[in-house]
Amino acid sequence: MSVTTAPGAVRHAAPARTARRMRWWTPYAFLAPYLALFTVFMVVPIGFGFWTSLHEWDINLPAKPFVGLGNYADLFDPGSVDGSRFWMAMRATGIFTVASVPILIVLPLAVALLMNGRFKGRNVYRAVYFAPYVLGVAVVGLLWRYLLDGNIGLVNHYLGLEVQWTTDVPPAWIALVGVTVWWTLGLNSVIFLAGLQDIPRELHEAAMVDGAGPWRRFRAVTLPGLRPVMVFVVNATILASANMFGQSYLITAGAPADQTKTAIYLIAETGLRQFDMGTASAMSFILAAFLMVASALVFGAFRDRRKP
Amino acid sequence: MTHPLSRRAFLNLSGAAGLTAALAACGGGTRLGTGSTTPTAAAPAFTGGEYTGPKVTLSYWNGFTGGDGPHMRTMIDAFNKEYAGRIEVRNVTRRWEDLYPAMPTAISAGNGPDVAVIHNDWIGTFAVRQVLVPVDDVVGALQLTEGDFIPAVWNAGVYNGKRYSVPLDVHCLGDYYNAAHLEKIGLKEAPGDKAGYEEALAELKKASVAQPFWMPNKWPAHLMFMSLLWQHGGELYSEDGTKALWGSEQGVAALSWMVEQIDKGYSPAKVAIDSQYAAFKNDKVSLTWDGIWQINDLKTNAPSLKWGLAPIPNIGGTPAVWSASHNFVLTSQAGKDPNKVQAAKVFIGHMSRQSTEWAKAGMIPARNSARQAPEVAELPQVKLAADMSVFHFLPALPGVGDVQVKALELAVAKAVLKEAGPADALKEGVATADKLLAENKRKYGQ
Repeated sequence: MSVTTAPGAVRHAAPARTARRMRWWTPYAFLAPYLALFTVFMVVPIGFGFWTSLHEWDINLPAKPFVGLGNYADLFDPGSVDGSRFWMAMRATGIFTVASVPILIVLPLAVALLMNGRFKGRNVYRAVYFAPYVLGVAVVGLLWRYLLDGNIGLVNHYLGLEVQWTTDVPPAWIALVGVTVWWTLGLNSVIFLAGLQDIPRELHEAAMVDGAGPWRRFRAVTLPGLRPVMVFVVNATILASANMFGQSYLITAGAPADQTKTAIYLIAETGLRQFDMGTASAMSFILAAFLMVASALVFGAFRDRRKP
Repeated sequence: MTHPLSRRAFLNLSGAAGLTAALAACGGGTRLGTGSTTPTAAAPAFTGGEYTGPKVTLSYWNGFTGGDGPHMRTMIDAFNKEYAGRIEVRNVTRRWEDLYPAMPTAISAGNGPDVAVIHNDWIGTFAVRQVLVPVDDVVGALQLTEGDFIPAVWNAGVYNGKRYSVPLDVHCLGDYYNAAHLEKIGLKEAPGDKAGYEEALAELKKASVAQPFWMPNKWPAHLMFMSLLWQHGGELYSEDGTKALWGSEQGVAALSWMVEQIDKGYSPAKVAIDSQYAAFKNDKVSLTWDGIWQINDLKTNAPSLKWGLAPIPNIGGTPAVWSASHNFVLTSQAGKDPNKVQAAKVFIGHMSRQSTEWAKAGMIPARNSARQAPEVAELPQVKLAADMSVFHFLPALPGVGDVQVKALELAVAKAVLKEAGPADALKEGVATADKLLAENKRKYGQ
């Protein structure tokens, strides 16, 4: 915007022209449609959510006493009921994120490299990997809940195992991560594939002329070429994993004894089932703070490497 | 240089606008709650007569998603036909666990039910949340009297001296047995005493039913635990609702018996939600405790299975079983329109008189007198109500549902999953429950 950069030198010549061409509010007029949406759908809800989190806010009780940071203090007190439940849920979210994100990066990248090749039936192959993503979480959850059932499920039946996939940890984590990978692998793969196709073929050819083998080309050409895509995928995957709800709601119902009840699950339960919107909002803000830090770390990590 | 200033001014302005909007939104939120205190005064008392006002449509919510649903729909259709042009009842059926969280919010927004069926243990919570309006006059007009009901069912509907419910039915946990399995060990029916029950399990195991009695960790595990607790002579909560008493030695005995079934090999460990019932339907389980409303589901969906229904065995010494009742309630949404109030009361009265018909959906009529009607007395579930004194109910304390979910159900699950011993799990659960009870006391201001 020229408005902000106007130094002294421009003062004499410019005013009349600038004023005619662009009044002070011109940029805001252009921004207005977005700003309106941003205000209605972002600023107001966030502000309202924060306001809610400062109250003992029960949807149906007429009295909504102001409690200041009481809800937050409660959550940071491990001796309180909501505090211990909340940190257990945060732990569950943490475990799931740490376990699922690496797999959801590495596997789709490998699949994308294969998809990128030229071979017969390539489109079918791509479609097959993407297919599960088309299903809704309800379909995926119900399907796998019965497939994975430890006593009457097909998975144990065919593998000849006696593993309680839905009611025991760590098997429940393996099941939840496995289902999520099966379900969402296609999306990351397709994004990686798009990124791979943007890497100029000449770079690979030049590297080949220089005598680089496939591994060396992958490390020196493919990975650096994918960096912008990678930042996006890593960030989006972390956020998606940290927001995991449907899978544990439908497959394990939080079993065993709330150990797989994730933060979002608990927030939904607290706010929408127990009507305790104040506590639920406070939980949301703490979770959001964690996610913002995680995102910042990811961006930081990728930016540092770009420096010479 | 007016530009930067204007920009700042603009930002201030938009910030202020946002804040105003936020505050306005908050104001709205507060009003929602307070708005619901106004109603009822306008409506005249109900005396049991016909509805004479203009045509109204009533939204009617219930959770009859099981074998009981089709039956309720038939009854509604009959009502709508009879009252065509005057009252139209629109039926909304959703699962109980979705219905309860949705109801207060929907009513605040004006999109909820005018009349609904809820369980006895929710009446207190919803009354204090001002979701319901009193129906003393309906009870009077129907000439329902305390003497004709189980006291627990009758009293659950009273909050702060006003009556908020018209009881429709009673239902309880029952012991479903696989008749073909029991035949193998020479039994016609599931045994009703502890020694007989345990012997039957041992025999069944020998008779090649590898695991005859699967122990759930989720629903209905807490119902089994509560039944056993009462059988041992324990209590759930103190009279004034400030202390959880289910961590007593009776509670430990009850929970230990449940865990024992796994240790003895009668149940697999860590049974997943609902799979004990699925396995029963698939002829893999000999005995399973479940609600009597599953009768119609078994009839329809497991036609080849030979099964029977018995009262749950007396393990603890005194016969006792978890029970609940369905109750008609009038909501504060209907309370805003006197015509709706009148129509809803006519509807409730009409349905209440049909409780014998409703019993065919797998329920036990709430009125003692209705249970003696010959067409009801023959129903399989009614024999479970031979002695109503065995029926125990969850107290209608406001907010008791939260305490159950966060403390009792979790403790039972932990013990059955062997994450903790029964005594430790209960001790931890009771500590949580006591905190929540204190919180509820303060919150609901009793």
